[in-house]
Amino acid sequence: MGNELGKYTNCVSARSTDKEILKKAQDGGIVTQLFAFALDAGIIDGAIVAGPGDEPWRPRPIVATTREELLAARGTRYNISPNVSLIKEATRSYGLDKVGIVGTPCQMQAIRKGQLYPVGLRDVPDKIALAIGIFCMENFPYQSIVQLVEDHAGQKLESVKKMEIGKGKFWVYTERGAVVQLPLKVTHKYEQPGCHVCLDYVANLADVSTGSVGSPDGWSTVFVRSKSGEDVWSKAIAAGCFETKPIDQVKPGLELVTKLANEKISKNQKTVEERMKFGVGKGLRNPYIKP
Amino acid sequence: MKQQIPAATPQKPVEQPKEEVKSKEAKPVAEKITAGHIHLSGCTGCEVAIADNYAGLLTLLDRYVDWVYDLTLADVRHVPKMDVAMVEGSVCIQDKLSVEEIKETREKAKIVVALGGCACYGNITRFARGGQTNQPQHESFLPIGDIIKVDVYIPGCAPTPQMIRNVCVMAYLLLKGNPDQQALAKKYLTPLMQLAERGTEACGCDLMIEVVNQGLCMGCGSCAAACPVRAITHEYGKPNVNREMCIKCGACYAQCPRSFFNFDVINEYQGILDAITGALQ
Ligand code: SF4
Ligand code: SF4
Ligand code: SF4
Repeated sequence: MGNELGKYTNCVSARSTDKEILKKAQDGGIVTQLFAFALDAGIIDGAIVAGPGDEPWRPRPIVATTREELLAARGTRYNISPNVSLIKEATRSYGLDKVGIVGTPCQMQAIRKGQLYPVGLRDVPDKIALAIGIFCMENFPYQSIVQLVEDHAGQKLESVKKMEIGKGKFWVYTERGAVVQLPLKVTHKYEQPGCHVCLDYVANLADVSTGSVGSPDGWSTVFVRSKSGEDVWSKAIAAGCFETKPIDQVKPGLELVTKLANEKISKNQKTVEERMKFGVGKGLRNPYIKP
Repeated sequence: MKQQIPAATPQKPVEQPKEEVKSKEAKPVAEKITAGHIHLSGCTGCEVAIADNYAGLLTLLDRYVDWVYDLTLADVRHVPKMDVAMVEGSVCIQDKLSVEEIKETREKAKIVVALGGCACYGNITRFARGGQTNQPQHESFLPIGDIIKVDVYIPGCAPTPQMIRNVCVMAYLLLKGNPDQQALAKKYLTPLMQLAERGTEACGCDLMIEVVNQGLCMGCGSCAAACPVRAITHEYGKPNVNREMCIKCGACYAQCPRSFFNFDVINEYQGILDAITGALQ
């Protein structure tokens, strides 16, 4: 393929130097650290993140304007948080001029479409200051997470400390130390259907994208992509926010990222094509061709 | 792969000064496109949205567009020939003048843009049923696409200043740009032309029918952000439309990345946005 990792100017393995951030972070605490720095440095006025929701492990998009609010949003929850829903609100009710947002690759696509075609996003296009994308193979509806954790893994959601997808398994860690692993074969059928036409793994359209794949445990792989991405990343490095290692000196490195990206994209590309001949002489809609 | 983004200034050599900076100022008027605003049954919100480009609008008028028709701004009584007609509002079919004017617009304009929800989809005027002073018999309002062929849609209520700005710059590049610029403009405008071909009905239900029912929704939240009347919330990651509130403006569906997503344009967002803002500096 060749462009499965998108454009980038820099790729490293990194982790935050802030102990507090690392404590509950999914991997290297990149998102929380970068937003906290950008907030301090005045690069953003606030950031849309997946904050705590009404039910255990259910995220709710919030506009975080303090370090405390950012900290409350640490960790990956593996179910949908419609972060883009706040993008206009952030510039209105919250009055932000420089907005940060974190999201999945598809949400980064939504942001860039919104800047080029701001049909209903008045005054938003010029206010996106830092869009951080998270690597994403697939996502789950909240009810799927309930199904997986409570039914398949047999754990109460309230008692879960961390969830993780890695090494070919879905991992559930509880507060009391139980570890349950489910093979991905089990989780696949519960995935959000819309993910099966998704052609982006490492958030190619983000300013900075990050995820655990490619880096050792406790570290994250980071792609710096755009001008604003470079700007904030270099300032954060200068301020000592991150420890970094060259990506070609860590295991498993970019090779694994590339492999997974290729797998995802070719599988979903096939799905897009199959959808077009789904019925008898009739197909399903292909958003990559026309509305 | 870095695609070259064509600069938004015309390539034809300008006569006198050689220095690049100056040649920008000295653009001959002949290089401009002509455009106008046709006001049918709309609330003037679309026109205000054009004006809300502030300095950008002045630059646009200065360098790229001659504004030849506008009931509010230009002292011209009849729709003249023009390159781009931006039509605001739906057509009241009981109002002879409106019907004539939209037909005349089609004859006189190379490109007809339906500006805003009313022109594209009827929007709030879909709920009109007459009875208003002083023309109570004016009760049937149609999107302009039900009367004439429309080339480009800009949905939304009101449409956004930035969307109007982008379309104006692209229309200019399409008509006056060099071949690269024309190709870019064509790519950019294609989905907006496809929306025009798609029809004259819009509703929050489109999110269900064309996105969720089609297995395409991934819960990004763009639709809720786009809705001018906050009719959309997300329940467990999927849009939920309060259909009583929906005014049928079409913004949610057009904004959804799973209505259309043209990689060839959106992957180049950085260069294109720089070119557009650069053109209006
Ligand atoms: S797989 Fe794609 S569509 Fe699904 S959540 Fe991830 S980025 Fe979005
Ligand atoms: S905008 Fe996003 S959340 Fe709304 S229908 Fe489209 S994909 Fe789903
Ligand atoms: S739901 Fe909102 S955005 Fe969608 S058509 Fe109705 S009013 Fe417009």
